[in-house]
Amino acid sequence: MDDLLREYLPILVFLAIAIGLGLVLILAAVVIAVRNPDPEKVSAYECGFNAFDDARMKFDVRFYLVSILFIIFDLEIAFLFPWAVAFSEISMPAFWSMMVFLGVLTIGFAYEWKKGALEWE
Amino acid sequence: MSVFAFYLFAISTLAGGLFTVVSRNPVHSVLWLILAFLSSAGLFVLLGAEFVAMLLIIVYVGAVAVLFLFVVMMLDIDFSALKAEMARYMPLALLIGIVILMQFVLAFGAWETAPGAAENLAQAIPVDRHNTEALGMILYDQYFLLFQLAGLILLVAMIGAIVLTLRHRSDIKRQDVLAQIYRDPKTAMELRDVKPGQGL
Repeated sequence: MDDLLREYLPILVFLAIAIGLGLVLILAAVVIAVRNPDPEKVSAYECGFNAFDDARMKFDVRFYLVSILFIIFDLEIAFLFPWAVAFSEISMPAFWSMMVFLGVLTIGFAYEWKKGALEWE
Repeated sequence: MSVFAFYLFAISTLAGGLFTVVSRNPVHSVLWLILAFLSSAGLFVLLGAEFVAMLLIIVYVGAVAVLFLFVVMMLDIDFSALKAEMARYMPLALLIGIVILMQFVLAFGAWETAPGAAENLAQAIPVDRHNTEALGMILYDQYFLLFQLAGLILLVAMIGAIVLTLRHRSDIKRQDVLAQIYRDPKTAMELRDVKPGQGL
């Protein structure tokens, strides 16, 4: 247990600082800031007009495409991690199987580049 | 210390799951779901499965949660109308919930440990190496076929997403970088000597 704690101490410290800072900022806004709301102040501001609509509206499907492509390369990285960690000990077939894997995904990457899926219009 | 950390992560996982279900704003639900993912990553670290914990954070929190947010924002559903219809579907939902609960009771009531489970469990993580490294030692040659299939599935997902959602719009002006680079003063500009009092 002590080993685990020692290994993760930097992350714990980081987590404590992040949570503490977040709480301090929120609580400071609640405690210190002047709060004097009226309907005009708290209403949504849209360049001087009354708000046309709420924030729930249809997005361009393009955002979705970008995030799906992101997830795919994210998974590719997840597969790369154990390979990289065990790199000094893996066999030759293991090395080349990763190369084939990367090659397949590079085909996909070339396809999407060629199709212009990465371009924002 | 370990017990304290376990209860901390377990409680925040449960709280995250609970508030995912009950919170009114679907965007808040997704944020609670992220909390549940993060704290279960903490639980995996306590179990010694660092790689699974990293996958939870990278894949689930980084990618799937973003996708959920997009879906929630894109669906354009009036959630108050949905909530009003909830009473109508309540009996069905309760029935399904009870069935699932009974299945859990049946499963855990008849839970038996396999004869060799204790030894297998003891050998699951080699003592002398890290579990990410142990995974790397077998994933790429012993499970070659499954690994390549995973790559092909990712390729299919990539191509499928592009085919389904990519629409090129022709009514907008695009920037052509090559044309801009290859533009030179000789063809782009012409000098003319205009006499005073005369036009071109």
